Amino acid sequence: MSDEPQSSRPGNESHPTDGPEHAECDPLQDSKAEAAMVARERFGPAGEPVRDVSDPERKRMNRRELLKLVPVVALGAFAVPKFQQGLLDRGLEFGDWASAKLFGRHRLAETFRNNDVAPLSRFPYNYYDVVAPEFDPATWTLTVAGLVQRPGEYNLEQITALPKVVQNTRHVCVEGWDVIGNFGGTRASDFLRAVGADLTARFLEVECLDEYYESIDMATVLHPQTLFCYEMYGEPLAPGHGAPLRLQMPTKLGYKQAKYLDTIRVTNVLKGGMRGYWEDQGYDWYGGL
Amino acid sequence: MSSTVNVIERKQTERVTVAYEHPFVVRLAHWVGGVAVLVMIASGLQIFIAFPSFGPKIPQQNFWIPPKSIVLGGWLAGGIQWHFAFMWFFMGSGLLYVVYQAVSGHWRQVLFMPRDIKGVWPMVRHYFLFGKKPPVEAAYNPLQKLAYTAAIFFGVLSTLTGLVVWKPVQFWWLTVLFGGFRSARVWHFASMCGFVLFIVGHLIMVALHGWNNFYSMITGYKRGPEYMD
Repeated sequence: MSDEPQSSRPGNESHPTDGPEHAECDPLQDSKAEAAMVARERFGPAGEPVRDVSDPERKRMNRRELLKLVPVVALGAFAVPKFQQGLLDRGLEFGDWASAKLFGRHRLAETFRNNDVAPLSRFPYNYYDVVAPEFDPATWTLTVAGLVQRPGEYNLEQITALPKVVQNTRHVCVEGWDVIGNFGGTRASDFLRAVGADLTARFLEVECLDEYYESIDMATVLHPQTLFCYEMYGEPLAPGHGAPLRLQMPTKLGYKQAKYLDTIRVTNVLKGGMRGYWEDQGYDWYGGL
Repeated sequence: MSSTVNVIERKQTERVTVAYEHPFVVRLAHWVGGVAVLVMIASGLQIFIAFPSFGPKIPQQNFWIPPKSIVLGGWLAGGIQWHFAFMWFFMGSGLLYVVYQAVSGHWRQVLFMPRDIKGVWPMVRHYFLFGKKPPVEAAYNPLQKLAYTAAIFFGVLSTLTGLVVWKPVQFWWLTVLFGGFRSARVWHFASMCGFVLFIVGHLIMVALHGWNNFYSMITGYKRGPEYMD
């Protein structure tokens, strides 16, 4: 609907009859009339100032106001192919910065009763290459590297020996769907402490058996609900869900929760172009909920 | 020759009545917000294509798949990039407008109040059923107030539900308020539908009221406002 004030305020003055028409040929009288007009300031129904002006003056006024709006045209830079991707990338970076600021280290994701959990057969999973990469459960180990006191190979028994956490939490996919599942595993923070990781480091990088890769901010890694997950619904992880070990983080989108873990690395520097499989193609790096 | 000079002189001294209808802040918020809301709708529909449903993933029942011709971004990540870049312009312009209206006192002219209810139908009859134009009583008629107030409401609703869809854990209290993640996604979509309705009505009215009225939202000045006749 248009912005169109439509009424005259009571007492509103109409055109003064001794106005411009009479003053037309007499500059002196013109300025007098103008002075009189200023003295009797008029307002429209919404209190907007109303003036009688000459046409060139009106054009000058319009031009001045038009120029003030020119900064809006800067938004058009988003339509310029040369600048577009750079601006959109800055937008994602700003969103990631805001996300990290919003993240509460001790704020827990909602947990659910067993009745609310979707059956495993209705727990979807996405994969990018192969449904389930091949590995030998007898010889599989998690390679731990980077800023840790005890780097090396850790097998599943060493991981499951740590305190086990079971939680019913919501898994949210960047596509927009969500599902409540039951997950069991060891807290990532417990495991990192056990291997003597530098917990002041900035990132945890992970590489997967299917050559998927990810990197997570340390604040999220140390969140109490972030698990190295080896069980769903009380059973060892099924192949489609990331056997033998996956990340499970109810404070992150699904694409951050890497499956089929092979190597983890504690680091302060992310390798360029290796921030995450989907992130390197245009998804936001933080991916937090 | 002399007659030409006369005409020019006459043109330069002829006086026109202009009213400063739209303050700079309102025009700035209008145009930034207008661009932003279109980008948000188009990129939001691109995002919706990735999961065009409000139910579970298994089994998936599609609600509506937006046609490629009206979406922005090319694929899910592209849609997200546009959505996440322009949400700041969207929220910023909305906040600027609301704060300005509150501080300036102009909200009184725009905010739809219970007493405006009875005036809506006569305006609808006038615009769409060729009814008689109701007597003018205020800066904005009741239908305008309803439309502008609804647009602000959709802006608030889409922002709050958008925060839930973006950060359901951090804004857990908003998640509770909107009945959970999935429900907030429904309300987020509904607020978009509200905006589409508003925009269609708004553009029809702009077309009906002509260039002079439209131009006043650019420069602020309306030439020869009808209420000064």
